[in-house]
Amino acid sequence: MTTTTQILLASTTLLLLTLGIGLARAMIGPSLQDRMLSVQLLGTGGVAVLLLLSPLLAIPALIDVALVLALLAAVAAAALTRREVDDV
Amino acid sequence: MMAVQLWQLLDLLLAGLTLGLGWAAVSGPDLRRSVVFFIAFGLLVAVVWARLRAPDLALAEAAIGAGLSGALLLSALRDEPDAETSDDVRGGPVAALVSLAGLALAAAFAWVMIHTLGAADPVRLADQITAQLPNSGVGNPVTAVLLNFRAYDTLLELAVLLAAVLGILALGPARTPYRAAGPLLDGLIRWLVPLLILTAGYLLWAGAHAPGGAFQAGAMLAAAAVMLRLGGHTIAGLPRPPMQRILLTAGIAAFVLVGVITTGLGLAFLQYPGGWSGGLILLIEAAATLAIATTLALAYIGGRPAGWVSEGSADTTTKIGGRD
Amino acid sequence: MSDLIGILFVLSGIAFFAAGSIGVLRLPDLHSRLHALTKADNLGLGLLCAGLAIIDGGALNAVKLFLVWVLVLAASATAAHLIAQQALRQADK
Repeated sequence: MTTTTQILLASTTLLLLTLGIGLARAMIGPSLQDRMLSVQLLGTGGVAVLLLLSPLLAIPALIDVALVLALLAAVAAAALTRREVDDV
Repeated sequence: MMAVQLWQLLDLLLAGLTLGLGWAAVSGPDLRRSVVFFIAFGLLVAVVWARLRAPDLALAEAAIGAGLSGALLLSALRDEPDAETSDDVRGGPVAALVSLAGLALAAAFAWVMIHTLGAADPVRLADQITAQLPNSGVGNPVTAVLLNFRAYDTLLELAVLLAAVLGILALGPARTPYRAAGPLLDGLIRWLVPLLILTAGYLLWAGAHAPGGAFQAGAMLAAAAVMLRLGGHTIAGLPRPPMQRILLTAGIAAFVLVGVITTGLGLAFLQYPGGWSGGLILLIEAAATLAIATTLALAYIGGRPAGWVSEGSADTTTKIGGRD
Repeated sequence: MSDLIGILFVLSGIAFFAAGSIGVLRLPDLHSRLHALTKADNLGLGLLCAGLAIIDGGALNAVKLFLVWVLVLAASATAAHLIAQQALRQADK
């Protein structure tokens, strides 16, 4: 395994650790928006992990998966925050 | 550090995070909090599928599990505002027993997996599929299985989807529409929706030789519809109800049509004639994509959209207020 | 040599992700946490994509990576805006 690949692998592990730490905000809260923004971090971090896994596993299609995840990142936030017509 | 240990550390971290998020999603009384954790869980499971070298599943999980499921659950929560805290959170001996039973089941399953995956001389389905792949008409083994080797199962899956959406449509009129979007969200929708449609077309086409396919493409189109509805476009990009009915049944219709024709030619039901496999698969997948997209969009809308029933029947309009 | 530059980019991208995570945890207010979040999205992912594009070297991949970054930029900026707006609405109630 080349040095580059090893460093990329270590970076991915480090990134996952960082995301796990960021998820602590989702646990603590206190408001729903705090948890939502923690999930946003996980979303972008997930895109980053997929982009790193693509050369590591030699699966070029993972970049497409990252693209899809990036496109859908806003849907969850919109679903949580949008109000219906008769909402206060 | 040796490569193997690094991978093991990565896998351990991934597994731990997934389990933690799963536990967080089902614990606690606040259901909106649970849905947020469920969305996070879906995102992470997409990464897990990628790690397990299953890009098709990762695509599907990213589109459906991370995006659409969260929106569907939140929609359901809106209908029942007093269910935002689940009052029947049971503690005590029942919960402990159920948890123990769940753990025992998980342990048994893990033991079975370890023993079968590490077996000495296994018969691998993947090898048999790879051997038959040149005869299937496509290059992607997942598409070959879904649309050729086990096409009948896919036909029945589409029928299950149709049954589900018929149930949803029978429940009542569509949910309350959303407010018009502000300039920022409107700007996002203006380019996101065309991009989603474009990506859906790409996934449909690429499904023959790369990860992709009808379910992923349909889910992308449905995500576009959800985005439109959240931005205040009540129709969510769907055509008028007569066309919606045609689209809902298009996938099953394409399958059955091809099957009837092949039977008429003397072959088995859905046994594609030689050389035609690739084209027929693309045709069926295109119809299935539209059907799946319409199904999921109507499921999100939550009921009969305006104009579903013809004039002179009991309800013809979307009730503001949404509850019957 | 290009590998080294790429790795440096990737590592600094991850550093920004870490900064974003710590910011989300440590900052006192929702709105300041949103600031930290978007730094991770913009700079963290941007540097990561640049690094991966350099390491990989292909033109098609570089374009795809750039596209992913731009999409995440726009989507996460709008998401942060929506979250902040809802927080303001609830604070006013």
